[in-house]
Amino acid sequence: MAQMVHSAAATATPAAQPDVELRRVVKAFGAEVAVCDLDLAVRQGEFFSILGPSGCGKTTTLRLIAGFETPSAGDVLIQGANVSTVPAHRRPVNTVFQSYALFDHMTVKDNIAFGLKIRRMGTAQVRDRVAEALRLVRMESMANRYPAQLSGGQQQRVALARALVNHPAVMLLDEPLGALDQKLRKQMQVELANLHRQLGITFIMVTHDQEEALALSDRIAVMNNGQIEQIGTPSDIYDRPSTAFVADFIGDTNLLPGRIDQPHPRQVQVTTDSGLRVLACMSGSTVAQAVVVSVRPEKINLSLSAPAAANNCYQGHISHLMYLGTHLHCVVRLGSGETLMVRHPNRAESLIGVDTAVYVHWAADDCLVLDAA
Amino acid sequence: MPSRPVTWPSLFTALMYAFMYFPIIVLGAYSFSDSRYSASWGGFSLRWYRALFSDRRLLAALQDSLIIAIVAVAISAVLGTLMAIGLARYRFPGKGLYRGMSYLPLIIPDIAIAVATLVFLASVAVPLSLGTIIAAHMVFCLAYIAVVVSSRIQRLDPNLEEAALDLGATHTQAMFKVLLPQLAPGILAGCLLAFVLSMDDLLISSFTAGGGANPLPIEIFSRVRTGVKPDINALSVMLILGSALLAGIAEYVRYWGDRQRQST
Repeated sequence: MAQMVHSAAATATPAAQPDVELRRVVKAFGAEVAVCDLDLAVRQGEFFSILGPSGCGKTTTLRLIAGFETPSAGDVLIQGANVSTVPAHRRPVNTVFQSYALFDHMTVKDNIAFGLKIRRMGTAQVRDRVAEALRLVRMESMANRYPAQLSGGQQQRVALARALVNHPAVMLLDEPLGALDQKLRKQMQVELANLHRQLGITFIMVTHDQEEALALSDRIAVMNNGQIEQIGTPSDIYDRPSTAFVADFIGDTNLLPGRIDQPHPRQVQVTTDSGLRVLACMSGSTVAQAVVVSVRPEKINLSLSAPAAANNCYQGHISHLMYLGTHLHCVVRLGSGETLMVRHPNRAESLIGVDTAVYVHWAADDCLVLDAA
Repeated sequence: MPSRPVTWPSLFTALMYAFMYFPIIVLGAYSFSDSRYSASWGGFSLRWYRALFSDRRLLAALQDSLIIAIVAVAISAVLGTLMAIGLARYRFPGKGLYRGMSYLPLIIPDIAIAVATLVFLASVAVPLSLGTIIAAHMVFCLAYIAVVVSSRIQRLDPNLEEAALDLGATHTQAMFKVLLPQLAPGILAGCLLAFVLSMDDLLISSFTAGGGANPLPIEIFSRVRTGVKPDINALSVMLILGSALLAGIAEYVRYWGDRQRQST
């Protein structure tokens, strides 16, 4: 697991004015709406991630901030200034592309100096700034190489250096680690977090990798179908998802559709479509009668004998079992016909196998009632 | 070196090469022959090379050919590159049709282009000259350069110009500082190909040349009709060497471009 790295900015009081703000932004390509009525405010110094499945509009959102796309409606503000019609080359942001988009005909040094030279900075200052950027990404020894002579991870560092050398107000990262192998990804995640802490500037990262978003971000916006489903801290998103989509997209979950028997602001009893009665917590946003109950696999306890629990305890048998080292991934088929994913810790006493009759049980506090999508 | 047995594939390869290059070797040998007939050996001599370089008519024809090729290729290089960039990077209505039409000169037989050009020029009453040959040559030069540059542009990172814009460059700066340098090997290779084709063209030139212009292929063809003299042998050798040199440069440029992208 990647270490959770908290940035300095997370503990600082957020500035009153957001660094990047989108107000009711719409972006349509012909008849296809990529981004729909998007409202977003990213605080100064924050590591903000936009997370969602491919085609959800997250990259378009980033391109709207970078200035590669102009909004069909609504406004984009950077540090309080409306930049909706300002072209990309005059916005105080820099982008790290998923493909890196390094300039192959220039050395690493010249790639990094490109933005400074375009802005006609003096030679001595360019040299100092490039040296500083190379040091930040630990690529000093590669200054005179060409991009084609570097590994993927090294190219990634050059792309980072080329953006941060300009001291942008906001760094935009489009799936920055998407092209790296698993091991390098973990390593670069830590480096990204360190860079963010050292620089103290706002980072906005687009990713489809939920683990990466959880590990790095101060806040995450989960997007689906061009709209934001939820914005919150990693633990908000994981522990208190506000929609069934978020619960399902972030981590694994069991979703049981049903109806609320009796409305109550905190805990309610839900009868699922298969007839189970489940006691669950209300999430803030639920208003409808038709709901889904979300319970995470690691919150479910398995036992061979009946547990001493009054609620949320059902009988079933194990229909599939996967040994995953740290835990067992079980699929339990309940008497009512429902199947539940259960993550069972790998302990000495776990003497379960396929077709073992088991009891499943979870606390009412560990399951949430969400609007049916 | 250990002697290896002769295998069928190696024998076949040797035969193929002999089939392709033996006539050229014979021609090269006869160009040094001190004989008045092009197909008989009369001892070693450089007299035909001397004759070649003092043949004013031939040198004038070479000059015409060079002017045509250089001007047609230069204009086509600019237009062909812009065409390739436009087709690769912009969306506009009728793009598919435009792309297909722009590559059509590669497929249409030369004779069709030649006749069509002549009929068109006659119908709008433009007098034939060096200029009309250049215009006609641009038709195929443009298509070849656009094809070669397009294939290179398709292998480039689609975000390159955006990266330049993102770093503060204007569209013009992004084009000249990032896109064109990356396309340079493709543009150069396309130009060399078009140059060789233009130098070689007999058909289109002969339809569009007026009295004033007389490019080399036309001059050679008109001489050969009255019997091949050994000075044509010498000229052919010079042309082959010139083409080989250009092909070598084109190949090196391609290698250099690839190496820049892929070397470790």
